[in-house]
Formats: sequence, C-alpha cells, structure tokens
Amino acid sequence: MGTSTQALSGRATDTQAAADFDRRNLDWYVDKLIAVIVFVCGISAILFVLGIFFFVTKEGIGFVFEKMDFREFFLTPYWSPSDAEDPEYGILALMAGTASVTGLAMLVAVPFSLGAAIFIAEFASGKTREALKVLVELLAAIPSVVWGFIGLVIMNPLLIKWFDIPVGLCVLNAGIILGLMAAPIMTSIAEDALKAVPDRYREAAEAMGATRWQVIYKVVLPAAKNGLLGGVLLGVGRGFGETMAVLMATGHAVNIPGSIFDSVRALTATIAAELGEAVVGGEHYQVLFTIGIFLFLVTFIINLSADLIVRGIRKG
Amino acid sequence: MVDSAILSPTTGTTTPAVDAVPPKLEVRDLTIRYGDAVALRGVNLSIREHEIFGIIGPANAGKTSFLKAVNRMDVFTTGMRVAGEIRFNGRDTRRLNNVYALRSRIGVVFPLPVGLPMTVYENVALSPRLRGIKEKAELDVIVQRCLTRAALWDEVKDRLHALGSLLSGGQQQRLTIARALSQEPDLLMLDEFSIAVDPVTTMRIEDVLKELRKEVTIILVTNLVQQARRLADRTAFFLGGECVEIGVTEDLFTGEVKDQRTRDYVEGRFG
Repeated sequence: MGTSTQALSGRATDTQAAADFDRRNLDWYVDKLIAVIVFVCGISAILFVLGIFFFVTKEGIGFVFEKMDFREFFLTPYWSPSDAEDPEYGILALMAGTASVTGLAMLVAVPFSLGAAIFIAEFASGKTREALKVLVELLAAIPSVVWGFIGLVIMNPLLIKWFDIPVGLCVLNAGIILGLMAAPIMTSIAEDALKAVPDRYREAAEAMGATRWQVIYKVVLPAAKNGLLGGVLLGVGRGFGETMAVLMATGHAVNIPGSIFDSVRALTATIAAELGEAVVGGEHYQVLFTIGIFLFLVTFIINLSADLIVRGIRKG
Repeated sequence: MVDSAILSPTTGTTTPAVDAVPPKLEVRDLTIRYGDAVALRGVNLSIREHEIFGIIGPANAGKTSFLKAVNRMDVFTTGMRVAGEIRFNGRDTRRLNNVYALRSRIGVVFPLPVGLPMTVYENVALSPRLRGIKEKAELDVIVQRCLTRAALWDEVKDRLHALGSLLSGGQQQRLTIARALSQEPDLLMLDEFSIAVDPVTTMRIEDVLKELRKEVTIILVTNLVQQARRLADRTAFFLGGECVEIGVTEDLFTGEVKDQRTRDYVEGRFG
C-alpha cells in the first residue's frame, strides 16, 4: 500500500528529476500526434475496403436480389448479355477461364520463381546477385499491357507454329504470360523470405556435414515457409485479378476449356471489355458489378485463408 | 555519510537515520504477470543511492522482468501486467505524465549487445541528441568521455565513423554500455552483460562499474554469483519469481544467510 506521500529530500537533482517525470515536453506531444496520424492512416485501410465493397455492392445488389437466378449464374456456361430478347448470364465458363489460366500460371511461376529465389539468395554472390536482383525488379515493373502484347504478337505465332493449332490465343498462351508476369514479384518476395533466415541456422546445419541442398531443403525452406507462402498467394491474387494481359492473350472466347489450346475468357477481362458498352444502371451493367462482388469475395477468401494458414504455421 | 549507509547491514526495517537519504528505488509488493503466469511475486526491496545492487538467481527467476518493470517497459510489452509500487527518486513510476523522461534517466544494458545500425559515434551521440544537444564540440566531448569510461575509446578512436554493428561482440557490449552512460543516467541497470563478452573484457567492464558507483546507482543482474560477489554491495537472490533473500553480499557468501536455498545456490549446489 504505502499511500502516505513520502517527504522528498532536499537533493536538487532528485527534485528536478521528479518534476521532469511530469513535464510533457514537445517530444511527448509530437509522439502523441504521430500516434494519432498513423492510427488514422492504419484505420483508413479499413475505410477504403469498406468503401469499395459498398460501392461495388450498391451497383450490383439490385440484380442479385431481384433478377438473379443463382443456378443459372454459377452453373451455366452461357454468357450472352447483349441478347435483346433473352439475355443469358452464366459465368461458369468465365470462372473456368480464370481458374484454368491462373492455375497454369501458378504451375509455371511457382517452381520457376522458387528456383530463381533460391539461386539468388543461396548460391549467387557478389555482382551476379546484385545484377539478378535489379533485373528481377525490373521485370516486375513491366506493365501488363506489354505482357499482353508479347502474348498477342510473339507467343501467338510461335504457338501456332509449334503445336500446329489454328489460334495461338489460348489457356497455354495466357498461362505462360501470366506466369512470367507473376514470377518476378514472387521471386522478389521469396528471396526476401530466404534472406531473412539467419545465417547461424545455415552455419549450424553446415557444421553437421549437411550438403548445400540438404541445408536449403531441411533448414532454410522450413524456416522461410511463411514468407514463401505469402509470395505464392500474392502471385495467385495477381493472376486472379490480372485483366489486360489475359484479355489480350486468352482469345476472349466464352468457352469451358477442354485442353490448354482452347481459347477462354476471364471474369476480369469480361468486366473490362463490356463495362464501357453496358447501359449505366441497366441489367447488363448490374450483372458486371455482380461479377465484381464475386471477385471481391473470392479475393477476400483467398487472403483470409492465407492469413489463417500463416497463423497456423506460426503456432505450430 | 553515504558510505556508512552502504556499509550498514540491511534489516527489514530501516532506522530513521537512514531514511534521511531516501532510497533511490523503492519497491513494494511488486507482482508481475504475463497473462496468467506469474513472473514475480510480492517483491519488497529498496536500493540506495550509489550502491551496486546485485540480483542473482537461475533462469526464470524474474530478474529480467524486474528490470523491465522498473523502467516501465511493461507499457509496450503485450500481456505484461505489473502490480504494486515502484518508487524512483521518491516518485511512483506508475503515476507519471511522461514515462519517456523516466526512461531517459535509467540506462539499461541488455544481455546481448545491441549496436544500433549507425556509426560508433552516432550510437553514443544518439541520446544526447535526443535530449537536444546539437553542438558538435559538446557531442564530441560526451562521446569521448562515455567511450573512455566504457573502456572502448582506445580501440575505436580511429574508426568512430565505422558502423557500430560491425564491432566484435565484446566491443559492441562496451558500446552499449557507453550508450547507456551517454544518457547520464541516475540508475544503470545491467542484465547479464557478460554473456557475450570474453573474461578479460568482463574484468575491464567490472572495473568501470566500480568507478561508476561514485556517480550512479547500479542494479547488476547476473548469473555469475562470483561477479555479484566482486561487485555488489548488497545482493538479492531471486528464485522462481520470489525474492528469497536480500543481504550484504559478503554475508551471502560467508554463510550468514537466512534461507538454506540461498546457501545452496551461491555454493553451486543447485540442480
């Protein structure tokens, strides 16, 4: 307890110090001010997300509640919104298009970027390493329309020649383009994750006689798995949301792909291509926003599950 | 007169004569919890001005938690709850308007050396700069004085502008001490400072601490009982979150103990 106030001794320094402990100087107020400012910045992320969700929902919700047939919307592959008499809004083919292109892109990008990251972080040294890092970052900065152009003008004739197919704008083309697009950013994040593993882990494992690959496989990769998983999921998000490159490289044909040489159409590309010609507030317009809501929810679920997986790993 | 206060044996109740100089740090009923786990339970002690107060005890005894509570690190440690009273210079540290002012008067040296990612010079000049000292000449004097007192000046005087984190472990620990001294603290708390330091450097730092006692009060948390014996005027023995015993250091080693556990620990019969 000891609540009785102790008489302070006459020592000047102590009294001075005791007074200092109560004086809120400029630094103290600056600290509080900064705390408020960063709080506002942090909270604003929530506001933006809510705002976007609100806007997208507001535009699309009329269709969802009044005219939408969930069976038709999700389970039929017929997409003909401009049909004057009987417009059809089935997004199954569009979902299949997005899923196939994203899936193939990940098959291309994950091993490729993981390998590149392991080389840069674990094997390369000195100038090679620095040069590679700069180049990878440069690759990540290439605009998606340039990738789309490469798909359209370079990949297209190459695929036609190699595989003897009538059209080279297909799942394979878009998957490779998207994979190459996602790879640099995934490499960059994976490399950061590998570099964050302390050297003493490597030294301890090397000292036991583990080979370089054993050190990487048994010690470094497990230690970095959170960051690696984060990089992969960011890549998935990138592929899922990418619009321009897939619009240009897929062929943009509503179609459930039977092989990687079929043309498809992606959800995002549909919105981009059709929103301009849809009557504002009309049914077509609302359906496109409903697709927007759907994209938003899927992205949300991907991010949430990524978060939960990472948490689970952290706990275990 | 201060010396006589240091040399007088401690008892539970202090005589009015000693009260004339109030304790530098007074701890009443201090209990620290992390969530539901109790790290320290019901500790009472007072530390006098210009003494070296040793705290010994095995791992998980609550030594580090005690230091954290003193300079109010609990504010930013999630889950850490502190109950009881800690008075520093007669002020209840839980009732201050400016906790940063309190911390700036208390220097802390952590177990592993922390060379901040800036030059040796900037490491030591940081605290004076935070206090508002801008004059280059004045900073130069402070940097040289603190590095000299931390027994590091001769080794780094030619590379003051090299990165502090590139020094060797022992040098970084002395840099850490120099940085703590640059705060011109009232109270210096060292938490197992010799863990990452070789024996020769440890002895040099110990000599520095003996010198410093004239100016500051020192709390020395150590896992080396002989270090406490060499340096501390009085020593507390912490065990499993409990303060088992406080006494004049030499008494603990010559068998003048109240608790058998203390005897066992200082004689190394602790399993």
